[in-house]
Amino acid sequence: MSGEQGADPLYVPDAPHRPGDEADFVEWPWSPGDVGRPEIDCEASETVDLAEGLVRVLGDDNKSSGDWDPKLDPEVLIQGLEHMMRLRIFDDRMMKMQRTGKLSFYMRSFGEEAVAIAQTMALEERDWLFPTYRQPGAQFVRNRDMVSMICHCIGNEMDNVKGRQMPVHYTYKEGRFISVSSPVGTQFSQAVGVALASNYKGLDEVTITWIGDGASAEGDYHYALNFASIFQAPVILNVVNNQWAISTHKNFASKNGNFAVRGIPYGIPSIRVDGNDFLALYSVTSWARDRASKGFGPTHIEVLTYRAGAHSSSDDPSRYRPSDIHNHWPGGDPISRLSEHLKEIGKWSDKQHEELSERIDSEVMTAYKEAVKFGDLANGPYPSSDAIFTEVYEEPPWHLMEQWDEMKRWRDS
Amino acid sequence: MPNMNMVEAVNSAIDTMLSRDKDVIMFGEDVGYFGGVFRTSDGLQERHGKHRVFDSPLSEGGIAATAFGMGINGLRPVIEIQFADYIFPAYDQIVNEMAKIRHRSGGEFWCPVTIRTPAGGGIRGGHHHSQSPESQFTHTPGLKVVYCSTPYNAKGLLISAIEDNDPVIFFEPKRCYRGPFYGDPHNVPTWSDHPEAEVPESHYKIPLGDARLAIEGDGCTVISWGAMVHVCEQAIKDSGVSCDLIDLQTLVPWDVETVVKSVTKTGRCVIVHEAPKTSGFGAEMAASIQERCFWNLESPIERVTGWDTPFPHTTEWDYMPGPDRVIEAIVRTQEN
Repeated sequence: MSGEQGADPLYVPDAPHRPGDEADFVEWPWSPGDVGRPEIDCEASETVDLAEGLVRVLGDDNKSSGDWDPKLDPEVLIQGLEHMMRLRIFDDRMMKMQRTGKLSFYMRSFGEEAVAIAQTMALEERDWLFPTYRQPGAQFVRNRDMVSMICHCIGNEMDNVKGRQMPVHYTYKEGRFISVSSPVGTQFSQAVGVALASNYKGLDEVTITWIGDGASAEGDYHYALNFASIFQAPVILNVVNNQWAISTHKNFASKNGNFAVRGIPYGIPSIRVDGNDFLALYSVTSWARDRASKGFGPTHIEVLTYRAGAHSSSDDPSRYRPSDIHNHWPGGDPISRLSEHLKEIGKWSDKQHEELSERIDSEVMTAYKEAVKFGDLANGPYPSSDAIFTEVYEEPPWHLMEQWDEMKRWRDS
Repeated sequence: MPNMNMVEAVNSAIDTMLSRDKDVIMFGEDVGYFGGVFRTSDGLQERHGKHRVFDSPLSEGGIAATAFGMGINGLRPVIEIQFADYIFPAYDQIVNEMAKIRHRSGGEFWCPVTIRTPAGGGIRGGHHHSQSPESQFTHTPGLKVVYCSTPYNAKGLLISAIEDNDPVIFFEPKRCYRGPFYGDPHNVPTWSDHPEAEVPESHYKIPLGDARLAIEGDGCTVISWGAMVHVCEQAIKDSGVSCDLIDLQTLVPWDVETVVKSVTKTGRCVIVHEAPKTSGFGAEMAASIQERCFWNLESPIERVTGWDTPFPHTTEWDYMPGPDRVIEAIVRTQEN
């Protein structure tokens, strides 16, 4: 035995705040304008300050400033705000549906709405999105019909994954939004392959992918960085550090708490960005896209944010962290921050906000009513159970045909 | 028709497909400049370019994941896992990802990847260069599993695997790369003059799911795959019993018609594989055969397999099924 008397023999990290604690996040030392915007052909070593610091554009005064200010047209900002509000209202409504037994399961993006929305808006429509379950908002940017999203979550007869996957495991090829998989992390290394195929075909397409702070401890994260760097893949690799993997704090995924810097020894320019700052996210992603598109290879981005809600409808975060903790996050709330900025520049008002909110709420309710026409969770109609046997292979082989017949005999008797 | 060994036949299959289809690319450890540790991609990089045949990092998980991404974005990757023993870092990508993507995406995405991997013992490779892990993949819906045994079927099956729109695991019995293996380590013939080494240089296919009736007889059905096919051939010859020898070739989906027809005729069956016995694919075969042929069976179905132990190094000949064990099983089926 070694160590001080009474000390645990094995060192195990802990989360900084537990139920009953006061959430005392250290105030951020980073301000807009702290870090410059390098040339897109820069080396990884030239981005150390970007990885160790934090790219912010929106200041505490709700004004935008610094080299990273994308100077977007206010119409684009309003569009982004609308997408984020749509996602939050949609999520809240779907969570209520889950709580009343109308969905089997649900996952919100609460507090992280800016991530997929700002980043997807900064890309071209032909770029590939390889998301986790926390980036469904990208589909709104790519114009996916909300009714079809709800049909998937219910698992009714219009579910485009045919009742095979849990809710929120969307796939939307038309919008180049690639099928969500439950094993966290696998998409990260696969995205490099998607990007290399675009390269091989000589197409100007970039692939963006996301992984959580928790899943960055999986091998796939490291495969992705190594392959992306070695083969100079046109890929944008985002670690969404929302501090929590279910109840596992990011202290179990990184000793020093910084995920961005991990890209540098792999030779990948790396940036940490305020994930609740729409403008900063947009700007950093545009820069990364430009790099990838012009042949300079991958960019590694830590998106610093906070999972304001539960991991999923099956999770109760009050068991492992203070229940109001997200209100203390130094990065604030992405929707409030963008709307306050728009008000600051005279392009938005409380009245407009309220009207938009009401309009979206009724849009969601209308979509929900439309979706349940194709079946609800309690009574169906569900997709045909023939879908258990189809698309396992391109053509079902004999042993599946035999079992399919047996299933039909029981089902139809 | 040229005489090829199995290395040359595999090389010819990949070469043929690289020439025919620009979406075919090949990568893996040591496969590029060097041409592979078993030489199966020798000369292919020089012939087709570095962007089509290239070396990868030592990262089976990364190789499989990259191939998955390329596959769903329109390419038709052929990857090599240098030894089947090293496939397990890629297991999640193969089992949870490649095998599921068509189904889980409602048919929006699919993954036409071929995973080639040398398997099996007989080269003094110890327990990490000798395993035959086919049943760890036959238990996964969404994968096709192929095990070649000769130069001729290696090329024809590999071309079918590459052209298939589902992920295929393609096992190559490394013991047979340069010659058939009859179970005697002191007698190592080459493929020259062997009829199954007559391999067309052009494109041809052996359909996945079709078995090969290697020997025809009526006293017993012997079923095998990979290197053990040749051991069985020797055993049948020495047993004096007239046997059907079925080289299964594809394990998923396996050729039920050929097997049932043969066992119905002979009423006796021996299944031979190198992999450990417990939960080996022989167990699946035996169960399925008794379901279909029970009233035609004259004696219990026999299994001759590797032991349920790690694969040994210097004592591998006491691990791998040899002709004597197979003969004994064939003879036992004749007793009733």
